[in-house]
Amino acid sequence: MENKNKKILLKVENASYYLNDKALIKEVSLEIKQGEIVTLIGPNGSGKSTTAKIALGIHKKIEGRVRRFTQRIGYVPQKVSVDWTLPIRVIDFMSLTEDLKNDQINVALNLTGVDHLKNKSLSNLSGGEFQRVLIARAIAKKPELLVLDEPVQGVDFKGEIALYELIKKISEKLNCGILLISHDLHVVMSATDFVICLNGHVCCSGKPHTVVKDDKYKELFGDRASNILSLYEHDHDHSHSADGSIDPKK
Amino acid sequence: MLDDFFVRALIAGIGISLVTGPLGCFVVWRRLSFFAGTLAHSALLGVTMALFFEINIAFSVFIISAVLAILLLQLQKKTKLPNDALLGLLAHASLAVGLVVIGFLTSIRFDVMALLFGDILAVNQNDLLVIWLGGGLILIILKLIWKPLFASTVNYELSEAEGMKPDKFNAIFTILTAALIAISIKIVGLLLITGMLIIPAATARNVSNNPKQMVIFSVIFGLISVLAGLFTSLKINSASGPSIITATLLLFIISLIKFKKVSDLKK
Repeated sequence: MENKNKKILLKVENASYYLNDKALIKEVSLEIKQGEIVTLIGPNGSGKSTTAKIALGIHKKIEGRVRRFTQRIGYVPQKVSVDWTLPIRVIDFMSLTEDLKNDQINVALNLTGVDHLKNKSLSNLSGGEFQRVLIARAIAKKPELLVLDEPVQGVDFKGEIALYELIKKISEKLNCGILLISHDLHVVMSATDFVICLNGHVCCSGKPHTVVKDDKYKELFGDRASNILSLYEHDHDHSHSADGSIDPKK
Repeated sequence: MLDDFFVRALIAGIGISLVTGPLGCFVVWRRLSFFAGTLAHSALLGVTMALFFEINIAFSVFIISAVLAILLLQLQKKTKLPNDALLGLLAHASLAVGLVVIGFLTSIRFDVMALLFGDILAVNQNDLLVIWLGGGLILIILKLIWKPLFASTVNYELSEAEGMKPDKFNAIFTILTAALIAISIKIVGLLLITGMLIIPAATARNVSNNPKQMVIFSVIFGLISVLAGLFTSLKINSASGPSIITATLLLFIISLIKFKKVSDLKK
């Protein structure tokens, strides 16, 4: 994907974040452009969520620099817990940060397959249902930048694939940039434009097929993880253009 | 009509409960019950300061509460004590200092009981003006900041990420709480204002399924409690402030029965 002329949405430069004198991440840099999916991978505690929070301005006391070039941001946090004392339905939650029309809400809930839950209380949803609502809320406002922190956790296998397809579709349709955090290496490698492999610092980064060949990647995820791409690169003698038509490879 | 002490008490009580309803919902949602209680305790110090320097009571209470809120924020950053310990520390320390200062004000005859439990029957026209103007202002500001404040109540990080500036609106909310305590201290007293904030809102939670509904019910339950409490105190000559809070408690118990029925039906 040639993104040279596309608008830069987010730029993180040499960001470090310390908590109680311990560095959670060190000198992380990344950049997200319109229509581009950038994925953060790495083991538990490698600073993926922290990096996302720094990018979003949730953690402010950092070293380095963060610049956001858009106000239209949709965020799916890793964890949202809504207390019982706060009675809130899916429909109330949908327009939490932006006033939406009823049909905008319906369309978004429909996309993630949970339109039947519109009038249910958030506290009565299952984990997977809640994730679908979270994704629907983030995309309903038509953001320029989407930050998805393990967006499909707790979603059933079939739904997981469908949701990742949806995310890919949305990035094309809205032409928004996406910062994705995922443990699912299969998905990451097939749907991503750029991969950043974190382990407190940036271990390696690049296009999926270069990252999997990196020794540091193999060290972090094991040899089997580098075979992942072969699953997807079996016989790609064509590629898809934005409208879904098939472009033969030269 | 405003000459009648009972009518003035009614107007004052209605004014207070219109504000405690929505504000109380946020206090409950944000788990700030103890925080509101701490601000209320500090009001004693505020009142003694007002008497000492001969300034307006509501103004002085507001300033002391606001200072306490800032102090709390600083302590949260600088010490590793848990929040409830800090709140307890500030609440009882400010209460104690207030009582010590009162001891020195021998020249002023001072009814500590009225301060603790309120004296709604002694409300004058000036107080009514403070309650309705101040209360109106609090409600208007709350209405204006509703969306970002609610978003940050549901999830701080989400609202920060999506540009709702939660820190700013949390601070405004703290100021509104301090302002409410300042205007209502004379009416329900510092020990009972927390009850007025929390109990109608808690009652409303039992019968609501969305935030706006909870706010409306909270206001309604507050109004009923004020009316029931005041008329009871007139009839059986009970203390007015505690009678109002007792009424809120009765409503809460009734709502528990209703709540049980509703949740049974869902099964």
